Amino acid sequence: MKNKKVTVYALSTCGWCRKTVGWLKENGIKAEIIYTDTIEDEAEKEKVVAQAKKHNPSLSFPTVVINDGECVVVGFEPEKIQEALNK
Amino acid sequence: MNNDLDQKGEELRQRLAQEARATGYNLNPDLDMTSTICAGLAKNEGRYGYMSCPCRLASGKREEDKDIICPCDYRDSDLAEYGSCYCALYVSGEIVSGKKKAAPVPERRPPAERRLKAAHDIQPLPTVKSGAGGAIKVWRCKVCGYLCAKETPPAKCPICKADKDRFEEFAL
Repeated sequence: MKNKKVTVYALSTCGWCRKTVGWLKENGIKAEIIYTDTIEDEAEKEKVVAQAKKHNPSLSFPTVVINDGECVVVGFEPEKIQEALNK
Repeated sequence: MNNDLDQKGEELRQRLAQEARATGYNLNPDLDMTSTICAGLAKNEGRYGYMSCPCRLASGKREEDKDIICPCDYRDSDLAEYGSCYCALYVSGEIVSGKKKAAPVPERRPPAERRLKAAHDIQPLPTVKSGAGGAIKVWRCKVCGYLCAKETPPAKCPICKADKDRFEEFAL
């Protein structure tokens, strides 16, 4: 597997996000997990939401971003994430 | 998640499972999933004051988030089309029996701009005088579709227990 940057926009309360984060861990894939709902600073939260929207206009969670937008996988889709990482 | 939330979530999960059974719905048999979601609902009730959908980013303002208070306005449509609600708390009988697997559901909720515009465009509907002289309107529960003809909607929907503010005026 090539070393790609993985960023996950997630919610701390969401079951599909939990499954996605769990799958990444199980497979030893390093990822930055951003729990959008727990950001207390409003300006910071807005900034993160704008970033997430750029990759996924419907702002749904989880949104998995590979290499800053080379590929975006929405929802718990392990096969699609794997495929994007293998490319 | 801390222990307090886990406990509140577990109590909620048991209550929702009982209500679901009594009303013809099913909770997801994936216990890890339902426990996460119910702890999430408990967390949202604690921080926002209402149980907004754990899989959607809440604004923190009830008026803007009414449509995603669990059960959300979109549950029944998603169950019919995908066999699961958006966050997979509620699933179809097919998923319970293992014939089908719960999978992520695309977001049906309109984007914020369109929701605000729709709320703004609503025109007041004509009212009808009842025999007693009160102004009667028809009210529709946006969660389950229950209709009633009254001066105001009931405090809670007698069918799905949604709060009064989940009702809209209804006309054919």
